Amino acid sequence: MSLSAGWYLGLAALVFTIGAIGLLVRRNVLIMFMCIELMLNAANLTFVTFARVLNDIGGQALVFFVLVVAAAEVVVGLGIVVTNFRRRSTTVADDLHSLKD
Amino acid sequence: MLHVAYLMPLLPLAGFVVLVFAGRRIGDPLAGWIATIAVAGAFVVACLTLGGLLNQPDAHRVFLHTYFTWFHVSGLNVPVGILVDPLSVTMCMFITGVSALIHLYSIGYMKGDPDYPKFFLYLNLFVFSMLVLVLSDNLLLTFVGWEGVGVCSYWLVSFWFHRDAAASAGKKAFIYNRIGDTGFLLAIFLIFEKTGTLQYEGGPGGGIFGQLHHLGGGTATAVVLLLLLAATGKSAQIPLFNWLPDAMEGPTPVSALIHAATMVTAGVYLLCRMNHLLALTHPGTEVIAIIGGVTAFVAATIACAQQDIKKVLAFSTVSQIGYMILAVGSGAYVAAIFLMVAHAFFKGLLFLAAGSAIHGLDGEQDLKRMGALRKTMQWTTVTFTVGWLAIAGIPPLAGFWSKGDVLENVYSHYKLLWVLGLFTAILTAYYMTRLQVLAFGGEPRWDKIGPNGEPALHTPHESPWVMRLPLVVLAVAAFFGGLLDLPWIHHDSFQGWLAPVFAGSLYNDHLHSGGEWALALTDVAAAAIGLIIGWGLWRGAQVDKPQLEPQFLQRVWYWDDFYDAVIGRPSQKLATFFAWVVDARIIDGAVNGAANLVRSTGQVTRKLQSGYVRNYALGIALGMAALIVFLLSRTWWS
Repeated sequence: MSLSAGWYLGLAALVFTIGAIGLLVRRNVLIMFMCIELMLNAANLTFVTFARVLNDIGGQALVFFVLVVAAAEVVVGLGIVVTNFRRRSTTVADDLHSLKD
Repeated sequence: MLHVAYLMPLLPLAGFVVLVFAGRRIGDPLAGWIATIAVAGAFVVACLTLGGLLNQPDAHRVFLHTYFTWFHVSGLNVPVGILVDPLSVTMCMFITGVSALIHLYSIGYMKGDPDYPKFFLYLNLFVFSMLVLVLSDNLLLTFVGWEGVGVCSYWLVSFWFHRDAAASAGKKAFIYNRIGDTGFLLAIFLIFEKTGTLQYEGGPGGGIFGQLHHLGGGTATAVVLLLLLAATGKSAQIPLFNWLPDAMEGPTPVSALIHAATMVTAGVYLLCRMNHLLALTHPGTEVIAIIGGVTAFVAATIACAQQDIKKVLAFSTVSQIGYMILAVGSGAYVAAIFLMVAHAFFKGLLFLAAGSAIHGLDGEQDLKRMGALRKTMQWTTVTFTVGWLAIAGIPPLAGFWSKGDVLENVYSHYKLLWVLGLFTAILTAYYMTRLQVLAFGGEPRWDKIGPNGEPALHTPHESPWVMRLPLVVLAVAAFFGGLLDLPWIHHDSFQGWLAPVFAGSLYNDHLHSGGEWALALTDVAAAAIGLIIGWGLWRGAQVDKPQLEPQFLQRVWYWDDFYDAVIGRPSQKLATFFAWVVDARIIDGAVNGAANLVRSTGQVTRKLQSGYVRNYALGIALGMAALIVFLLSRTWWS
């Protein structure tokens, strides 16, 4: 048997919401990165679901692009986080506002 | 020998170039000798040119030669060429001659000055410009020379620019001259518009003088008045005469050369050169005569009340040039040139002798602090006396003949101006006698404490021979200068020599001999009256006579104050208004306002930039939510 598309979409929405709320409430940069990954993967799940429902391979192909972009983003982002940690010994996002003034 | 004429300006130019590049290394006094020799060479060339011209028959005494084309722009062809005729050669003779003597004098006068070579290179450049002015065969090249002498005058007046008075006097001279130069430029434009050429004679259509029929009476009057404006600037006539007395801040040789003998006569030369144009307009010449006569009178009255020996001579120069302009206005060009030459001799002499006295007194120029210089400066005293009698119009010195010639011509034209001229002659004799008595006569006052507590001066000393020699030569010239044009041999001498230049426009209707004698006796009587009054009033020991030196005359008829009130202060007020209202409020207001707007906008919007990532993320989230709501609402509405 197979579950209807609604379950998948509901799961995706749930994961996305967890990611979004996590991004908004957590202070640790690494956690915030994971939250972004959660949101991206929720979007991926939505893509795959609709590809299946609509019988269109385009949605599945797009997932690869998202994965690549996510990987690249993590590389850059973690690079910044590591450098910043060496410099300031902190991974708390709220401490990083020296560009404000 | 006419073909060597081009060497005349080139020699001083060569001296200038040498001194520009090597002046500092050559130094004192060799730099002065090089400059002097360059100008003396120019004098020799002028003599050769004169000889060459004298060899020609009367009617063919013109030598025109074009060396190259300066520029050629659609119809305007400006050549670089020379016009050698009796007028220009006469000018060249006395310019180079007097210049050479004054260069020689300067070797002694400027000795020890830190800028000694610079002084001589300016002098050489000045002589070059002056020769370009008189030898040029077209108006534009004359204008180049005109500006050249103007800028040299500026440099030389403010030669000791570390003194504020000298620096501002230079600026004043320059600005007054610029006003006149505007008139010259406009006259050039008008002439080119109407005749299509700028050459005096020669060239296509016979030059300006060949194309004069294209000028209507109104245009001719306008051009003549514009040229008169140019002349009032350069020759220090009313209304632009105030700069000349201030120009006395320059070294005395400069006053003698530029502000007495040569440059200030350029205006008279210009009007004489354009005599065929002047002949076309009767109103124009009347204005010229009135300006000249009034200037002669006004300047003479002011000279009676000046304390500074050089200022007296400066106002005297203004007055004498007024006589020349008056003669030009009467059509008596030869008389004007005759007075110009005689004036170059005796006024050059007077300035140099005054300079010698100043030199002997360590720079003191106040007449009231001189006195009895005859006892220690015999050479200076004797030569100055010759100059004094010459300018006063005592026969048989040069001034008597030349001034008499002017007054005689004025008498047959403008009776009223003749009376003014005669009165001026009395004043001239008076103020020169006052000067002579105060400086050289009476008892010494230089050994007393000055009126403002200045310390007593050393005993004056006679000047070195390089300064005495020019004095002697000029004294001889001022004594015998009248021989150039004695009334009973007019046609064989100066008048006959210059007449071809003024063919058709010269007024030479000499009176019958009886009238001539009567006028001559009147002139002598005027001179004698002035001398006697001056002698009677000033020979005593008491030299402070405020009732004879009213403020009105000391302050130059309040002329400077008038300009200050009418032009100076309103301009300053306007400038202040623009500086503190237009510039500070409106222009700066606009600039600062734009900046303030940007800043205040930034002050408000920078609050959005909290620096907290979660805030930005919340912004994105809310924005997305809003976008979704918007898209959904569109779906529902439709």
